[in-house]
Amino acid sequence: MPTITFFEADGTKHIVDVENGISVMESAVRNDVPGIDGDCGGSCACATCHVYVDPAWIEKTGRAEASMEKSLLDFAEDVRENSRLGCQIAVTDDLDGLILELPVAQY
Amino acid sequence: MTTEMLLADEVSAIPLGDLDVSEPALFQRDVIDAYFARLRKEDPVHYCPDSAYGPYWSVTKYKDIMHVETSHQIYSSEAGLGGVVIDSEIIQGAEGDLELPMFIAMDPPKHDDQRKAVSPIVAPGNLALLEGTIRERAGRILDSLPVGEEFNWVDRVSIELTTQMLATLFDFPFEERRKLTRWSDVTTAVPGFGIIDSLEQRKQELLECAACFRGLWDQRTKQEPKADLISMMAHSPATQNMSPNEFLGNIMLLIVGGNDTTRNSISGGVVALNQNPDQYEKLLANPALVTSMVPEIIRWQTPLTHMRRTALDDADLGGKKIKKGDKVVMWYLSGNRDEEAIDRPNEFIIDRERPRQHLSFGFGIHRCVGNRLAEMQLRVLWEEILKRFQKVEIVGEPQRVHSNFIRGFTSLPVRLHA
Repeated sequence: MPTITFFEADGTKHIVDVENGISVMESAVRNDVPGIDGDCGGSCACATCHVYVDPAWIEKTGRAEASMEKSLLDFAEDVRENSRLGCQIAVTDDLDGLILELPVAQY
Repeated sequence: MTTEMLLADEVSAIPLGDLDVSEPALFQRDVIDAYFARLRKEDPVHYCPDSAYGPYWSVTKYKDIMHVETSHQIYSSEAGLGGVVIDSEIIQGAEGDLELPMFIAMDPPKHDDQRKAVSPIVAPGNLALLEGTIRERAGRILDSLPVGEEFNWVDRVSIELTTQMLATLFDFPFEERRKLTRWSDVTTAVPGFGIIDSLEQRKQELLECAACFRGLWDQRTKQEPKADLISMMAHSPATQNMSPNEFLGNIMLLIVGGNDTTRNSISGGVVALNQNPDQYEKLLANPALVTSMVPEIIRWQTPLTHMRRTALDDADLGGKKIKKGDKVVMWYLSGNRDEEAIDRPNEFIIDRERPRQHLSFGFGIHRCVGNRLAEMQLRVLWEEILKRFQKVEIVGEPQRVHSNFIRGFTSLPVRLHA
């Protein structure tokens, strides 16, 4: 099972073993990682699973490409170059060790 | 025969093709979900060829509503096509010849520019600055209420608190705060239903509103930036150069957006807890449950029953063929009771697993921009209620609003227990 590290905005670290095939958002929600919401349940319809992908990992995950993800990120707070919607990143063995930072608040 | 059996008979007696869920009386009687349940089961995307609002499609299942929400390139919110409510006259009332452009009734790209300008104002970071004042005002209203004596919760708490919250958010002159409620009601009013007598009257009142806000804008521009929505808009680079019409349109949207909805969520929470005493017990035993209770109240109440779109093109939806120009109504109230999407959807459960997974704020690019603000107000209110009162007890029949859009209460007789 791949491992993902989530850093809350205040630096609190959560190391989580996650299943392949589910999204990064689901992984966080199922493991009670605070700071990521996923209000729409992963339908790419809100922006409350906003995450920052660690620069070392951005090539593996890719940047936001699809138009709906980009539109929604457009309305999120404090969006950066490495912003993604967590529900649009599927966990694979390739992402074992992935590091993500969470924003101050979801909106 | 039970009421439920009579209702089931009522619903099944109507031929499917004649089912029209737009009738406001069905909502006021609160029997509408028996109708929606039949549609979810037998005809989830249902065409009604003739109604008081002309022909329209009803979208009743959660997943189909989500599909429409995320397909804004097909399903338009444009005011010119009739706007976002089943009754196309309402946006004429709101926008009409006064030109109050509201981004809720716009499509991209114009929608995006407007929303991006306004949304930071109600984002969580700014809300933190407002929480203290909101808590203070909630406390003062609650302290002024009679204990042990019957009164109308809607008037003395739901409307009063919402009005004060709006005044706080704008730092609007406190003694004149009821004007905000009045202007909000007037914005969406259609003449002849008790709010306004004519469109001319509406225009005059909204011109007065425009002048008033223009004055506040001028005042705030000259002052140091502070924590109220007008000052924030006057000082933010994204909003400070807005045209007067755009400014007023956005102000009206913020007021209308936070008016009936918050009011009826405040009332709705009291109704939900009284109808489910086991949940009230659970809350009293563990006040920290306010955090998960708030979104559940918003789901349960569903303060806006629907949002409407207009098809820009032919499209497939739930096995049906939508035609270009068709009116498509997303019934949030139905989706929020869809057991294929939500576990035990008819139950009010204050510690649900994923309480925010509901349709009341909508989804997609038009998702309610004030959603975190709404939750914050309700959370603060319930925290303050729990500090003061053992129980808010309903002691008479709640009266519901006569509307197919606003789901709320005009009267809620309660008695407080210290």
